[in-house]
This record gives sequence, structure tokens and C-alpha cells, in this order.
Amino acid sequence: MSFLAKLFGEKKKTAAIAKNRLSVLIAHERSGAAASADFLPALQRELLEVISKYVSVDLDDIKVHLDKQDNCDVLEVNIVLPEQKSS
Amino acid sequence: MTRVVVVTSGKGGVGKTTTSAAFASGLALRGFKTAVIDFDVGLRNLDLIMGCERRVVYDLVNVINGEAKLNQALIKDKHCENLFILPASQTRDKDALTEEGVEKVLKELEHMGFDYVVCDSPAGIERGAVLALTFADEAIVTTNPEVSSVRDSDRILGILQSKSRRAAEGQEPIKEHLLVTRYSPKRVDDGEMLSFKDVQELLRVPLIGVIPESESVLHASNQGTPAIHLKGTDVAEAYTDVVARFLGEDRPLRFVEYVKPGLMKRLFGGK
Repeated sequence: MSFLAKLFGEKKKTAAIAKNRLSVLIAHERSGAAASADFLPALQRELLEVISKYVSVDLDDIKVHLDKQDNCDVLEVNIVLPEQKSS
Repeated sequence: MTRVVVVTSGKGGVGKTTTSAAFASGLALRGFKTAVIDFDVGLRNLDLIMGCERRVVYDLVNVINGEAKLNQALIKDKHCENLFILPASQTRDKDALTEEGVEKVLKELEHMGFDYVVCDSPAGIERGAVLALTFADEAIVTTNPEVSSVRDSDRILGILQSKSRRAAEGQEPIKEHLLVTRYSPKRVDDGEMLSFKDVQELLRVPLIGVIPESESVLHASNQGTPAIHLKGTDVAEAYTDVVARFLGEDRPLRFVEYVKPGLMKRLFGGK
């Protein structure tokens, strides 16, 4: 701070810094919440690959759903197996 | 139909209880039968701000557990004829609040003919805060022009959009309102404080009002009188405007421009 600025008590303008920091942060946090569920389609495909090694299932028979309960995320995987032709 | 309005913020100390008290009183002053519920189980304070702390006999948890009838627990406000306070429990653990219990209380308030129920949310994003917003139709997101408050408000907006009953059932989303509190036009003018426009731009929620930082708020809480009753103060005027805007009236923003004090005021200090 220069001598003159000290003399006249020039204040720091920090509000603009706050706004910049917040706009970056909020954009990041908002996209973060959405991106966390992005892996679901890939997970569904890979599950299909593994399961179809043993039984024949369709992509539609595998339902993957991510839910939030209180503070934890619940990953729900629902697989409908084909009807057994035994007996 | 009863409208449920949650006053929320994420961060503590930004003015949720002050706002709940003033806003609920303002609705009652406009003739609406209003209840204000303290959801801060364990740390109740709304009773103190409303000035009814010595009349608390039963609380929200007593009603939920069936230990008291709702009309035994509701405390009639001393300033407004049609305003009632439902205090939070002071001693019990936070698990005492349940979604079913809260829903039951809100249904009963509806049967009793209440026009508005104002839910004073605790700080944080824990159970109490989530339950306070679960059944809301509208939300007043109270924010200080300060980095941590703005960030926490953004978190709460995310929770409003994901965990509320309206969100879960795919109904029309909660109507959100941004309320900027503890605003200092001088500090904004000096470039030291985020302006209300900055806050609104960041959070992207319609602004319902700006409450100036004021000594009156402490005077109000000292006496247990909601700030809206302090006639002639900028805070009371600002809250009155907020209630009017909430009810759909068009009111210009006041107390947001810095007025340089005149020479006489600077010399003799006007208070």
C-alpha cells in the first residue's frame, strides 16, 4: 500500500474477490452433484457383461438406481433373472 | 389450504429465527391465521425471540409423541391475535422428530384452519433441517452477503430440490425466495461486501427482500418482540415489505443504497 493510500485510508475492495471465488465454487459444486451419477449407464453395461457370462439377461432386465437418504447415497441394483425352465 | 413456508439457510446465525418471528408476525398482522414452528430440537430459541419463553408447557415433540394435544402446545402470541407459536423441545434427542409426526402436526394445523405455517429451520443439513423443509410449499432462503453463508444457501437449495416432499412426488417444485439479511449498504458501497445483486446472481433465486444490518434486531430480541413490531425502524419496514411481496404486492427495495451522512449528522452523531 502506498504512502498516500495509507494516509487517506483507502480500503481494500474484497467483495469482487468473494464473488469470483463463489461463482467458481458454486458452479463446481452444482456440477459435482450431477456428475456423481454419470457412471450409472456404464455400471449397468458392465454388470450386463458379467451377468450374461452366467445367465442370459437383457440390458432392460438390469435396473440401476442411485438414491439419497439422509447423509448417505443408496445404490439400488435390481436384476430380473429369466424364468428357469426346470421341473 | 394451508401454505407451509420454511425459513432456512444452512448456515447458523444468519437470521433465520429473527426472520421466522418477523415474517410470521407480519402474516398475522395482515389478518392470516398463522402458526410458527421451531424445528431446532435441543436448541430452541424461537420462544425467546417471540417473548413467550415463560409460557412454554408442551412442545412439538410432546405433540408428536401424543403426550399433549396440539392446542395445548400452541402458545398464543402476545402481539397478534391470530398468531400461534409451537416451541421445539429443549431436552430430548434429535431422533424424536419423525417425518410421520411432523406430517401429522401439519395436517392437524390445516384442519384447525391455519392459513400459513412458518417452519423455523435449525442450522445445518441434518435431520431437523431436512424435516423443516420436507413439507414446505415455499422457502425463504436467508443469506448473509458473505462467502460461507452463500455457499451453504446453495447447498440448502440443492436439498430443497431433492429431499422435499414436492420433489420426491414430482409435484410442482417448492417456490424459493431469497432473503438477504444483515446487509450493510455502506460496506457494499466501499466494495467490502457482496451486493444483493451479486448474491442473487450467484444463487439464481428470486429476491424477496433485503434486511439491513441494524441495532434494532438486538433491541427486538432483548425484549422478546419480533423486529417487525419496532415501529419506524428500517428493519421493521423491510420485513413489512417482505411480507407484502410474499403476498404478491409490488414493493420497491428500500434501505439498499448508501446515503452519505450529512455534515450535522457527522458532527453531532445522529442516532
